[in-house]
Amino acid sequence: MSVITRQDAPAPVRERRRPAPGLIASLVLLGLVLVAVFAPSVLAPASPTANDFAAALQAPSAAHWFGTDEAGRDLFTRIVWGAAQSLLIGVGAAAVSLSLAVVLGTTAALAGRFVSGAIGLVIEILFAFPALLLALLLVAILGPSAWTQVLAVGIGTAPGYARIVRGQVLAAKDSGYVEAATSLGHPRPRIVFGHILPNSLRPLVAIFALSVGQSIVWASSLAFLGLGVAPPSSEWGALLDAGRPFITQAPWLVVIPGLVIVALALAATTLGKHVSIALEKGEKA
Amino acid sequence: MTRISSTDQVSPDVASVRPVAAAGLTASRAVVRARRVGERIVAAVLVLLGAATAAFLAQASLPGDRATTILNIRSGQAVERTPDELAPIIAQFGLDRPLVSQYLAYMGGLVRGDLGVSYQQFRPVWDIVGEQLWATLVLSLTAIALAWLIMVIWVTSTAGRGPRTRALGEFADTVTAGLPHYWLGIVLLLVFALNLGWFPVLGGTGPEALLLPALTLAIPLAGFMGQATRAEFERGLAQPFVVSARMRGMSDTGVRLRHVLRHAVLPAVTLSGWALGATISGAVVVESIFNRPGIGRVLVTAVSSQDIPVVTGIVVVIAAFYVVANLIVDLVYTAVDPRVRIA
Repeated sequence: MSVITRQDAPAPVRERRRPAPGLIASLVLLGLVLVAVFAPSVLAPASPTANDFAAALQAPSAAHWFGTDEAGRDLFTRIVWGAAQSLLIGVGAAAVSLSLAVVLGTTAALAGRFVSGAIGLVIEILFAFPALLLALLLVAILGPSAWTQVLAVGIGTAPGYARIVRGQVLAAKDSGYVEAATSLGHPRPRIVFGHILPNSLRPLVAIFALSVGQSIVWASSLAFLGLGVAPPSSEWGALLDAGRPFITQAPWLVVIPGLVIVALALAATTLGKHVSIALEKGEKA
Repeated sequence: MTRISSTDQVSPDVASVRPVAAAGLTASRAVVRARRVGERIVAAVLVLLGAATAAFLAQASLPGDRATTILNIRSGQAVERTPDELAPIIAQFGLDRPLVSQYLAYMGGLVRGDLGVSYQQFRPVWDIVGEQLWATLVLSLTAIALAWLIMVIWVTSTAGRGPRTRALGEFADTVTAGLPHYWLGIVLLLVFALNLGWFPVLGGTGPEALLLPALTLAIPLAGFMGQATRAEFERGLAQPFVVSARMRGMSDTGVRLRHVLRHAVLPAVTLSGWALGATISGAVVVESIFNRPGIGRVLVTAVSSQDIPVVTGIVVVIAAFYVVANLIVDLVYTAVDPRVRIA
């Protein structure tokens, strides 16, 4: 869904200002992460598991940009190689979360009075559990693993998005074009799938970007508590968990992976905000 | 870090345009208000009932034979058990009864304040939770108070100023709202406890040991509430009552503090109920970084040893706090903002 700007009309002055520096920084960072996912050896040619005990626990320097861990492994290399799994967990959790949110949210908004009341209640009940708590409950039942992380974070963050979807669908349902389609005698499935859903789910494109960032943060919180992927992996959460015992001697082992996660989440949020502003402008044009 | 949509809040434009109600209307208004309060209470009870049911289902859905699992968790082994060994466990937890009767027994227990028995420690869950609850509550209430303080000062001094200051304010809100607790906690610990030595590094229950953990929870919360308050604050600054207050000779700071702030904090009041749940769950991470006692640490231990009754017990208690806090916020909101009462 690309937004086409009309060339004939002179754009207002405000539109012509240069793009926000935040957006550029976010795109650069997301680009780097994508390179790390698909071609890690371009950024970090060394192996992420190469031990070098002579260079153990070294602070960040020119030779080791992000320092080294207790086995002398280069932290920068490990972060680059861990990007794929971390992003996969984030995207997976966001997909689980938004699919659940769409199913619950649309049913709550469109079903008959009884069903929508019941589902609305389910959403409120799930919302009453803070996301991390719901995730911990699932980890307790299923045991810690990457799959559990995806499921737990996905289900934990779904209720908030389900509320947003419900609001969007309700707004679309009461709109003029749906009223028009109804009075034209269009069948209900056509109205739901042709008018209500496309219009109410469009903002989810922006929310998806935001949700991937948030999911990576939640997943890393679980990993920090020792409830994620087990440490030999260089997934970012696992790096945090592995670095914890060395907080006082080698703080960079936790601070730097954490900073990478924060930066990525911030970039995803910024991108999501800009996409949603662009979508709103597109609707008005 | 779920975002709460503000769609169900009353926007300030819907201010009471209606004519002043005649005296006869007061009675019916009281009825409307009582009904509203009643509806809220029913909804709160239903949510609690659902949370308890979810907790029960979580216990029932533990994979494998439950009696074997319980026995193995208790002894720290993973072996097959003979029926003789399992019999007392089955009797103690009533595992041979049908699921519906187990469910009713569990719910009945909850009403009496009985959260079940820990698989690992042999003790009632309520005892385990009860002795740790206070420390966590102190932590989260301090964090919420600190978050309000930081947020009010920051928003009042940066909202509606020059473009640079505004951008800085917004940027700080966005960044801090997204900071994970584990990261912020470790950075604060490293800087203020290890390098500067202003605070004790490990544990302790004194007030000096409370500040860093509370700040860790408060800073992201302040950023989150700040986002909602800032938008409302800037809308407030454009209202006619600001001009009239300035014309009366009131100082800019005075207007901001006395008139605009009052309007602007309403969304943050709504968020405070949610914040109680959020800070308690954030305490899970913070308590393990700062080695503080509290239900967060009990929860992490219970999750990794699959001591499900403790996990669900804590979850039910936190859900109860969340529901009650939101109910109170709702009622306070009605009292603070007369527009909701009329609507």
